[in-house]
Order: sequence, then structure tokens, then C-alpha cells
Amino acid sequence: MKKFSNLRRVEGKSKVTGTALFIDDLNFPDMLHGITVRSPVARGILKKIHFDPSINWNDFVIVTAKDIPGQNIIHLIKEDWPFLVGERINHKGEAIVLLAHHDQQKLSEASTKISFEIETLPAIFTIDDSINKKEIIWGDDNCFKKYYINKGDIDLAFKDAFHVFEQTYRTLHQEQLYIEPQGAIAAYNELEGITVWGSLQCPYYVHGALTNLFNFSNEKVRIIQSETGGAFGGKEDYPSMIAGHAALLAYKAKKPVKLIYKRAEDLQVTTKRHPSQTTIKTAVDEGGKLLAMDIAFLLDGGAYATLSEVVLSRGTLHAAGPYFCENIRIKSKVMATNSPPNGAFRGFGAPQSIFAMERHLDNVARSIGITPEKIRTINFIKRGQTTATNQVLDEKLDFDSLLSTTLSKLKKDTKKSKHKHIKSGIGIATFMHGAGFTGSGEKYLASVAGIEAMDDGKIKILCASTEMGQGRNTIFAQVVSETLGIDPHHILTPAPDTLEAPNSGPTVASRTSMIVGKLLEHAANGLRNTLLAAGLIPEKYTEAKFIQALKIYKKKYGTLKSFHQYKQPEHIKWDDQTYQGDAYPTFAWACYGAQVSVNTLTYEIKVDNFVATQEVGRVLNRKLAEGQIEGGIAQGIGFAIFEKAIFKDGVMINNSFTNYIMPTALDLPRIHVYFKEWNKDYGPGGAKGIGELPLDGSGPAVINAVADALNICPDTIPYLPEDLMNDMEFLK
Amino acid sequence: MNTQKIKIQFTLNNQETIITTYPMKRLIDVLRDDLHLTGTKEGCGEGECGACAVFINGELVNSCLVPIIQVDGTIVSTIENFASDFELDRIQESFINNNGAQCGICTPGMILASSALLMKNANPNEQEIRTNLAGNLCRCTGYNKILDSVKEASKLIRKK
Ligand code: FES
Ligand code: FES
Repeated sequence: MKKFSNLRRVEGKSKVTGTALFIDDLNFPDMLHGITVRSPVARGILKKIHFDPSINWNDFVIVTAKDIPGQNIIHLIKEDWPFLVGERINHKGEAIVLLAHHDQQKLSEASTKISFEIETLPAIFTIDDSINKKEIIWGDDNCFKKYYINKGDIDLAFKDAFHVFEQTYRTLHQEQLYIEPQGAIAAYNELEGITVWGSLQCPYYVHGALTNLFNFSNEKVRIIQSETGGAFGGKEDYPSMIAGHAALLAYKAKKPVKLIYKRAEDLQVTTKRHPSQTTIKTAVDEGGKLLAMDIAFLLDGGAYATLSEVVLSRGTLHAAGPYFCENIRIKSKVMATNSPPNGAFRGFGAPQSIFAMERHLDNVARSIGITPEKIRTINFIKRGQTTATNQVLDEKLDFDSLLSTTLSKLKKDTKKSKHKHIKSGIGIATFMHGAGFTGSGEKYLASVAGIEAMDDGKIKILCASTEMGQGRNTIFAQVVSETLGIDPHHILTPAPDTLEAPNSGPTVASRTSMIVGKLLEHAANGLRNTLLAAGLIPEKYTEAKFIQALKIYKKKYGTLKSFHQYKQPEHIKWDDQTYQGDAYPTFAWACYGAQVSVNTLTYEIKVDNFVATQEVGRVLNRKLAEGQIEGGIAQGIGFAIFEKAIFKDGVMINNSFTNYIMPTALDLPRIHVYFKEWNKDYGPGGAKGIGELPLDGSGPAVINAVADALNICPDTIPYLPEDLMNDMEFLK
Repeated sequence: MNTQKIKIQFTLNNQETIITTYPMKRLIDVLRDDLHLTGTKEGCGEGECGACAVFINGELVNSCLVPIIQVDGTIVSTIENFASDFELDRIQESFINNNGAQCGICTPGMILASSALLMKNANPNEQEIRTNLAGNLCRCTGYNKILDSVKEASKLIRKK
């Protein structure tokens, strides 16, 4: 089979010429602009809306909760998240009124002339206050979801253990910071219903949200993805909100309405990575072997349930790390607070719990006097052993080799600083990331993807998976062309349009290449078999013969499409009740290492070198895969030492690029990426998912290096110069 | 914006351009909304991300910070001036070859910033590239592939 592993990004040309059309680049005749007017308080009861009589409101399209024709609930997991405030306000910045007008200047002026009469209620902003029920703001106990995993008997194991170590670790909010702010355009007419164009990850999430919002049948809602300028999870659930708002305005105005967030608004109201608090208690023997792990993992979910329970699930399932231990207990909870809901961000809970475990192991190693490498080597999980959920790992698994590759590349670059006030240190993190949906997730989704032959002999990909920079177009074109044995330029990869694209599931969870790519591989085989059966191609054929066969088939029979639906392999067993079994079909395995230098006068932390070694099955397309890993690591380094979101009244107040600092080209080292390709049993051609993996280990590797440089124990990220200063003052 | 509209005349992508608009209107809005050149992107609107970069009289500037009145009589060049669809500029070609564009929203600005650098210094080292691109934020790539793209472009330019 001919491989196209060097295929260049298929939409690359439109991106480098600036002709790719992002949502704000689209315009329609007679289009209005929309704006959102929001709650100034974190919690309360909305009594009245005042429209200042100095404005001629007849000029404006005005929408409030009363205008909603269907259900005022964004359909996700638990049905609690309103499009617009009806009566109860649960976080600052919650949308109350929508306005539309031709003139953006008039629109923003008018938006300041609306005020609210609100009966303010006390709000809570911390996990502790939520657990202690300082106020009950959600359900009976503020808890969106909890999980409990138990393996062996930890109480017995803790008794008489050689060494018991307990510590709490925290991670704060992190913003996805896609460079293109969120936005959508909606149009309505009676015949076709609502059409939405948007910067989004999951067309069918938006579709589901809008059919409920309007009580429309499926055919009366159409969602089309525009070019999407980064997402990283941030455009998983929130686009349903913006699309809903634009659609409500368009429905009332009977004109297209464009709603694009300014950066400050985007940072203040859209979802972020859940803040976390993880307490780990471990018992080890004299040599450092883990005898028991007791883990309490807590997340701050914000005001509504949104995706929190699945974020919690993934964080919980990754909390014990890639280590074998007979006795494990994990208890986890996600709690309500009066902040905008926290949501998906690359890694989806795992970077939080993995940060805690990887810091913890270094702390344990230090307290019993062995090296960080040693404690990991002793405890690495091996083929045939079981995870916390009693999943038996049955694939090649050689963490020692991942570790030694990383260490060898890391040590080689180490230079001892000439300046006494600059201290250098090395840190590692070893971890895994489950590819695809958790447990029975893929089974329930039962995704469908397919391909269609066009009149001109080209093949069009039909699925709802989205391109957002990660390379969906290129990987799909590559998989289908490799399967059919034709050149990739014959493959068309249009952005999803729910009118024709079947639901291949959301573009999340490192599942697109592995799961949807595999469906396309099957679909391509199906199409080839159809041509074989029709006697139009022989077993071995040339590209020209194949294209000719397509055209003949089309002429004769009209259409030629081939779809494939996901079926969970029989051997995957998962119990949602007990949280036991095969949590993921497979994992990517990794060892990351960082070398840092810390200036003890200015407290500046610099990452001088970063090495990332991972096993990911077949690397489909090296440059794309490296790009994923490098970009994820940059975000992970940001998570560790740059990106601090400051919250007041439950919302981010450093809501600009000036105050929320993401790494620039000057802040990062060259990132060295190494792949191992051991286990090729999963996705197309043997690929595993890799999208989220790099975020998991980069934060703890960097912080472990800082700890190594200065002999300190940072337990909270982001860890900024001011935090380092405080810790060093404390040590004096 | 209660001020009077005024007439502004400038050279845009080699064409004489006259528009009548408010003096404080941002250049980015004139380009995108009035002249339908949407290759220039808005990431932050406050001069921090470089997605809106254009050349004014050969200098790289963030067009979200420039009121149109300052553009009167100048020569402005945007990403649309870079290459026709058929013949890609060497920098653009290198960005495609090296996966220097992922989501593509920072890319027009990155390409302009790279070109500003390569015009000054045809053979920059990695640190010089980092320094010169530090005003352009990219959330997707971690910058490795962008550095590779600029290096390859530099080679191609010098080979010419
Ligand atoms: S939009 Fe101008 S610098 Fe960000
Ligand atoms: S490629 Fe997405 S921000 Fe640079």
C-alpha cells in the first residue's frame, strides 16, 4: 500500500494566503450585528429589565428569555444551562438580553442603556465553600457528579507501611486562548428554518441545542462549520450558546445576524479548564514500591453542569498514573460555584490529576531518598498488569525505554550555569492518555462516517468531525487515499454541514484520527468492494482505472456512497456503575522531560530544553503529529509557569492578552519530539489518538524541574515569579 | 463617533485607494469591512497578538492600533498582496511545507512578520527569529514549525 505520510496540510494554501474564511470573514446581504447584555452580579433573582428611554428601541431587535419558542436549556448532559436568564442568575456575565442592529456603534451604545433590577443573593466561589454548603446553589448538595473507584484494600495496606506521605496539589483556571474569538452567524426563513455558520468543534451538539431551543424538527436546523481558528476544547460546548443567541436574534429579525465576541468578552464568559484540588496519600515500602494510593480529586465546575461530569471522569481515570499498585482508592467530585461553567480544555481533567500524581511521586522519592527516575522505574505498569479500574493492559508497554530516550536527550544538553544566581534543574513526568471516549462512550455514540463519489471522479468525505488546525482534513484525505490506492488530491474534505454530513461524533477526546479515521478506512474499503462486485475494477488496479470505474458506476447507478458505523469490539468491557473494566480501548504512553534555569534574583523561570517521547501507534503524518505534540506542550508550559487567570466575583478580570500571558516564541525552547510506534492495532493503519496527550505531562515536568533546581516543593500551578518569590522568602 | 467623515487617500496593495470615513476608524476595520480584505485577522484588538499585522510604508504595524487618519498618503500592503493563488511566495510555500500553519488564524500576521525579518536579515539564526516573531502569538504550534518555515524560506531566498 502506498503511504502518503508526507502529505502537506491540504487546506494549507488557503491559510497562508489569508483566503480561508473564518466566521468573521463571512458576510451576508442585509446582515445585522448582535450583542449580549449580561448580569452584573454573580447570583440573584432578576426582577426587571429597564430600557433607557433616551434610545429609540424600535430601531433594535431585542430578545429576552420570553422570546424563546422552545426550551430555554442548552441540551448537553444534565439539562440545566439556560440560553438566557429567565429568573435566576447563577454567575456574573450570564446573558440576559440580546440586541441586534445594522450599526455596531449604535449597538454598543444601546447595550449600555439597559439596566437590571436584581435581588442579589450570596454567591460562593471556592470548592471548599461549595463542599461545606456555605450556600446551596445547585441541587441538594452543590455536587454535579461524583465517582468512586476501589481496587484491593487500601486500609490494610496503609497499616504498617514503611512510609506514608500525604499532600494536596492545586491547579487554577486555564484559558484555551484560541486566537480566533468565538462567533456565529445565523439566518432564518420559514421554509428552511435556522441555518448557523460558526467557529465550532461539534456541529451536532449545536444542532441538538438549536432543535430544542426552537422546538424544530431535525431538518429545520442546519449547522455549517466555518474555518475555525483554534479551539482546544473551548469550542466544544460554548458554540451552542452563541449559535443559539444569534439564531434567536435572526429568528426575530428575519434577517441574518452575526455575533462575534470581543476578546475581553470571550475571556470573561466562555469556559475554562476546571480548577482542581487533589489530595494524594500513598504508602511505599523501603525500596519505593507503591503499596497503596488514596486519591481525592476535586474540580470546580462553575455554575452549570455542562460537560463537568465527563471532565471529572477522565481526570479520575487518569489520576493513578501509569503505575501498578494493588490497592487504589479514588474518590472524586465536581462542585458548583457561581462562575461561568468550566468546560473542555485539551486533556479534559487529566492534566489536573496527572499534575498532582507526578509532583507527588517526586515528593515521595525525595522523602525516602531515591531519585525521581528510580521511583518511577520501580512502579511502572507493565503488560498484563491492571490499572485502577482493573483494566488488563495487553500491548507492548516499555516505560523504561520511554524514560531512557527522554533522559538521554535531556542530559546531553545540560550545561551548568556560569552564574551563581542561576540554578538549573531537570524534571520528568511519565503518564498516559486514553484515546477515544471513556468506557461505553463510543458504543453509545455509534458514530457514522462515509465517503461519496462525485461526478468528476473525486471522492468526498462525509462526516461531522471538524478541522480546527489539528489536521483532520489532511489525515482523512491521507487515510482514504491510502486505502483506495489513489492520490490524495482526489479526495475532497469539505467542512461539515449537517445537511449532508452524518454524525461522526464530536471532535474531542483524541478520537478523530483513531475512531473516525478508522470508520473512513472501512468506508473506503466498502466503496472499493462495491466497484469490485460490479466488475468495474480488478483486484489490482491503477489510479486511472479506479477513477474511470467511479465515473462509470455513477453514470449507471446515480450515486455511490459508502458509510460505516462504529461497533465496539467485543473484548472491550466496561461497567458504568462500578467504574470497572476497560476505561479506554487503548492509551498513548509518554515520558516528558524539562530542563529549566531559575534566576534567584529576578525569580524568572526559563525552560531551556524540552524532550517529549511517546508511544502513539503508527505516526500517520510526522509533521502533523509533531505539530500536535509541540503545540500541546507549549500550552502545558503555559499552564505551569505563565497563564494565571485572576478571578473576582467569579469572573476573570485580567481578561485581555496584555494581562493573561501565554508563551511567545521567545518564552519557549525548541521542543524535541520522539515517537515510538509499538502497538498498531487500533486506528487507521494502526494510529492511536494523540491530541490531548502533550498537555498532560508538560506542566509537571517543568515544575518538577523547578523543584529540582531550588530544592523547593511547589504544589500549585500556575507557578509564577511572584509565587517563587514567596516560597523562597518563606525558606529564608 | 460624532465627528465628520473625511476623505483618506492611500496606496493599498499597489492600488490608489480613496475612502470616506471617520478619522478614528481603525485601519483593520477599513480593510476588513469597507474594502473586504479579510486576510488581516483580529485576535485581540489591543496590539498584543500580531494577527492584524500589515505593512505601512514598509514597516510592520498592528492595524488594530492605527486610526485610518494616520494612513492618509501612505503605502499599505496586506497579506492579499503577497501572492496570487497560482504563485506562492517562498515564505508561504515554506509555511505549507513545514506545517507552519495549523488553524491558520495567526498565519497572515506570521507571514508578514517573517517577511519583515527576512528583508532585514536574510539569514537569521533561531534566536533572531524568535525575537522578531515575539509580537505574533500562535496558540497551535508551539512555534517549532514556524521557526522551521522561516529557516527554509531564508534558504530559498538566499538561493535565488
Ligand atoms: S488584533 Fe491587532 S494585535 Fe491583536
Ligand atoms: S496556527 Fe493557530 S494560532 Fe497559529
